[in-house]
Amino acid sequence: MEFDAVLLSRFQFAWVVAFHILLPAFTVGLSCFIATLEFNWWITKRDVYRRLSAFWLKIFAVSFGMGVVSGIVMPFQFGTNWSRFSDAAANVIGPLMGYEVLTAFFLEAAFLGVLLFGRKLVPQWAHVMSAIFVASGTVISSFWILAVNSWMQTPQGHRILPDGRFEVVSFFDVIFTPSFPYRLGHTVSAFLVTAAFVILGVGAMYVLQRRALEESRVMLKMSLIFLVIMVPIQMVIGDMHGLNTLKHQPVKIAAMEGLWETGSRVPANLFAIPDQEAETNHFEIAIPVLGSIYLTHDPNGTVQGLKAFPREDRPPVAVVFFAFHIMVGIAILMFLLVLSGIVLFARGRLEQSRTWLRCATLGMPLGFIAVIAGWTTTEAGRQPWTVYGILRTRDSVTPSLTAANVGLSWLLYVLAYLVIFGAGFTLLRRLVRVGPSEASQGQDSDELQPEKRSARPLSALSGRGAVAGGKDVEPPPRP
Amino acid sequence: MLDLVPLWAAILALAVFMYVLLDGFDLGVGMVFLLRRDPHDRDMMINSVAPVWDFNETWLILGGGGLLAVFPLAFAIIVPAVYFPILFMLLGLIFRGVAFEFREVVGARKWLWDSAFGYGSLVATFSQGIVLGMFMQGFPITGRVFSGTSWDWVAPFPLLVGVGLVFGYALQGTTWLVLKTEGDLQAWGRRMARVALVGVIAFILLISIWTPLKDARIAARWFDFPASLAFAPVPVLTALLAWTLWSSLAKGREVVPFLCSIGLFFLAFTGLVISLWPFIAPPSVTLWDASAAPLSQQFLLIGTMFLLPIIVLYVIWSYWVFRGKVRGDMGYHG
Repeated sequence: MEFDAVLLSRFQFAWVVAFHILLPAFTVGLSCFIATLEFNWWITKRDVYRRLSAFWLKIFAVSFGMGVVSGIVMPFQFGTNWSRFSDAAANVIGPLMGYEVLTAFFLEAAFLGVLLFGRKLVPQWAHVMSAIFVASGTVISSFWILAVNSWMQTPQGHRILPDGRFEVVSFFDVIFTPSFPYRLGHTVSAFLVTAAFVILGVGAMYVLQRRALEESRVMLKMSLIFLVIMVPIQMVIGDMHGLNTLKHQPVKIAAMEGLWETGSRVPANLFAIPDQEAETNHFEIAIPVLGSIYLTHDPNGTVQGLKAFPREDRPPVAVVFFAFHIMVGIAILMFLLVLSGIVLFARGRLEQSRTWLRCATLGMPLGFIAVIAGWTTTEAGRQPWTVYGILRTRDSVTPSLTAANVGLSWLLYVLAYLVIFGAGFTLLRRLVRVGPSEASQGQDSDELQPEKRSARPLSALSGRGAVAGGKDVEPPPRP
Repeated sequence: MLDLVPLWAAILALAVFMYVLLDGFDLGVGMVFLLRRDPHDRDMMINSVAPVWDFNETWLILGGGGLLAVFPLAFAIIVPAVYFPILFMLLGLIFRGVAFEFREVVGARKWLWDSAFGYGSLVATFSQGIVLGMFMQGFPITGRVFSGTSWDWVAPFPLLVGVGLVFGYALQGTTWLVLKTEGDLQAWGRRMARVALVGVIAFILLISIWTPLKDARIAARWFDFPASLAFAPVPVLTALLAWTLWSSLAKGREVVPFLCSIGLFFLAFTGLVISLWPFIAPPSVTLWDASAAPLSQQFLLIGTMFLLPIIVLYVIWSYWVFRGKVRGDMGYHG
């Protein structure tokens, strides 16, 4: 393997996107959870919802900040390292990314400030709406960026100009490519499930420690009921996405399964070490016929093997194979965990089962690992193409870059991300350890200290009194 | 078919200008933050920008993403040419961005994240200045690709513009502090604003002398009669605004200095547009050369025309919520 600018650029992109995707994987679901809590509090007036929302908001603020700054890196990667791809594909992907900024990023950013700092400055309905807008922003953002990704996976709706650039014929076709609905469904539900497992794990941990019980019961109940519906749905969507991939990117499926020979009644490889050079697997453990059954929903179904495709068109088989198997393995673990959880819950024994609570606590990172594994499956499985079947990765890289340039920039990204994400993880863990009731109490007392308030008389500029509804001159009452 | 290029150039110019104004003041606050040691004042400085910085930075993504969408050839040439400045800018923005939240967490090493906030802002600003300098200097281009090296930015002119922008954003940041704070901190902001203003004027002069000496085309654009008459107001207004800013600081005004600073940025921006029009990747690629396919520009324009006014509306609301003097009790995440 030669470490040229192409390979190093791929490593750099994989590095920055892998860390970035952890944040949306968490904040998309968490913002929906917070919006739900805020809404529940508004309707039911149960204080536990406000405490929970305040607690998760702190965690959300830290994660969202990390998501924003690591996200700014992403569009610039297109220009710094993949300028040939940018030049060729901009007519197609540029407007979609433009719409992501206009419909999602501004929405999130503008209402995030109000959500985080504005509880006392705006009426409650406006605060609830801010939570809902931020949550919608995260979902809309997923829509556009997955439309871009899906077009790169299953391109259509374009034509190719004589100089190799793409030109759009139909934006409808570009956005709604064959893989898009499945990818969108599969990814967004993965994000929701990921956040729900964190909420479940935090609730389980507090119950184990016998603290914040009222909050924990709400967390456990909400996340468990959500998950017992969503995990099976996610598995069904995943299966549908798989069928879709088999149709449009058969070589990716062959790599996911570690399948070299074309045939019907193909086995399912539970474990193997694929050998790309020798075109075979080592240490294979397989169940006969099962592969055809779940890939084609027919025991006699034919599946193409890797050998049916030219060597230079095959993805890195081992990476795709292991990533896919890790994802499926985690899906099964998740299913068992929520199934046993709901049975215990129905019998009213959830809080007594220390084993289950411990498992649920350990289950917090499951979703993140599955998201990374799934992302690796689909992205490494697209190789050696950036635009599948049309534009090769090695023809996409910036021509002026040397291996030393990219090596240096990658090194700096590695160091910076280790510091930032290491610190972020430590601080998030600390916030979780501090817990909901303690955290919000500390804050309330802090905010009520009178000497910290502005002593300045209200003027046109600092006239905060008008905020609550535009009529009263007094500052809004503090809860 | 209607030529959308000038309209898109205007929208993109607006995005970049909004970015420079808005992130300019919060990056500026971040830099002068390094010079103020008092912990309470530092909290006030951060609180004055905390609710809005994320939104301010979104204009950068609109500028970058918009360039990719509408003038992709320029994106594909300019961004590789400033590979390392962009890397440093991004790393700087990352460190300062997470510092907003990290420093507030119980038990966090606050001094560490305070430095990350300050130095991150400084590095990001300096790097943006280098990008601007490179842009004014122009790019070697062969066919459709940048044909220089990733180190072309290590040259006197881009580095000089980098320092100039540090003073520029510092002026935005300090006049913002004059607007948003009171007492000691405000008085200190006034003194710092004067220092920054002197720096800004010095660098405007330096760059205005250097640029025409170096670039004959720009010299022709500036000094050829009678066209130069149309541009003459730019230096005159600049001098007028600088004087107003200086005297308004002395008179204890709170809003005027910030407005004057915005005005100075606007004039500098106008000067840049006058000098470089119609080139988007100087010296050879024009807006029209770099333009995306008409259908792509139309598709994005339809949404932009609807969305941009809505964005402006809710953003005004969001700024309105946080109007007035920043307060120590603007409790975190209440």
